Amino acid sequence: MRPVAVIGAGKTPFGAFPDKDLRTLAVTAAEKALHNANIEKTAIESFYLGNFAGPEFTSQNHLAPYVASALGMLGIPATRFEAACASSGAAFFQAYMGVASGIYDAVLVVGVEKMTNQPTARVTEILAGAGDGTGEVKAGSTFPSLFAMIARRHMHDFGTTRAHLSAVAVKNHENGALNPDAQMRKVITLEQAMNARLVAEPLNLYDCSLISDGAAAVVLCAADRAREYTDKPVKVLGVAQASDWMALDQKADITTFAAVRGAAKKAYEMAGVGPKDIQFAEVHDCFTIAEIVALEDLGFVERGRGGFFTAEGNTRRGGSKPINASGGLKSKGHPVGATGVAQICDIVQQLRCEAGDRQLKNHSLGLAQNLGGSGASCVVTILGRD
Amino acid sequence: MRTGTVYTDTIVHLAPERFTADVPYQVVIVTLDSGGRLTARIDGPNVAIDDKVVEVESRDGIPFFQAAPKN
Repeated sequence: MRPVAVIGAGKTPFGAFPDKDLRTLAVTAAEKALHNANIEKTAIESFYLGNFAGPEFTSQNHLAPYVASALGMLGIPATRFEAACASSGAAFFQAYMGVASGIYDAVLVVGVEKMTNQPTARVTEILAGAGDGTGEVKAGSTFPSLFAMIARRHMHDFGTTRAHLSAVAVKNHENGALNPDAQMRKVITLEQAMNARLVAEPLNLYDCSLISDGAAAVVLCAADRAREYTDKPVKVLGVAQASDWMALDQKADITTFAAVRGAAKKAYEMAGVGPKDIQFAEVHDCFTIAEIVALEDLGFVERGRGGFFTAEGNTRRGGSKPINASGGLKSKGHPVGATGVAQICDIVQQLRCEAGDRQLKNHSLGLAQNLGGSGASCVVTILGRD
Repeated sequence: MRTGTVYTDTIVHLAPERFTADVPYQVVIVTLDSGGRLTARIDGPNVAIDDKVVEVESRDGIPFFQAAPKN
């Protein structure tokens, strides 16, 4: 295996865009990433698309060549990867292997989701498809309700509080307000966050990420050729994917995600670093409780301390371990299939010192954690400055 | 009928179309006395973690439980 670098990154803004279809979003992000990488389309040897539910949301299938051909990329392999909310993390992992193995020198990874053309009840139904349809979903579990049950048990076992959950939302909105590409650029108070309309108790509207349209893309290249294209290559130091039981009722303990711990362990080993070395991270806050559990599973804090750590301010931009400086899924938006690559774009932006008002002081080693479903898939990526 | 203990719960307020008539409804994961866990709906008054529950019926393949009578 040989070293791999990210040489370009590009995103669309996240939000509700009635006049932009899935392909337009994906092509826009891809063109931005290619331009950012200063690479010709003809140099791209394989195309990887992360997308969760394009066929359900848009009635279009065979999405990878649908996008690649619109980019004018013909003849090369073009494949879609699906791993629920970790779809584009999984696509990135496959793309990484294509370059690391020596098969390709340069590849393009795009993540995309078009969600807002469907009514909320239908979106809820499509998202529930990331859970186990034979048991938990059949019984009436929605996607928020799965994380609500995780929250309830975490509160019971560790003393995590309603205010701890809301501290995640307040912090991520504070960050997202500074992000020009974020869907909800709005600062909220702790009172607002604690008293919003209930979705699935104990989770309310401000505990849930958004329904979004958007796309993100990165170009990967053999590290020894990266400087032919850019002065600011970003090294992929570690990347790993893991899986676990689909249904919550099959897991021995729902307050921790085995797939996150598994992927993190491998990524840390590969990068030769530990949780203490990571200076900042983008974690998968599809729900506020998910960020709290991620802090614990990634080894940033001890089991059960994620909520306390957050409420103490440690994960704010000026804190000891800034988390989701982009605004996270909560405020930036969560076009499901785009999220994994979007997190990598956000890390790349910080490492290149291009994050504007959100720029962090210590920014040479960052981590992205992309979770699929209620923990059945996870991809962890560690990126560093060259 | 199966019996068990509530492992975790939620009360759903925003549901997919086929369940919108039921909201708010309680979903629980039950640790069965016979071993293993399952996801079920609660019929009647809400229950909490560690409460004993008993299965009352199965509707459209969905198991419904309620609080076990206190001895």
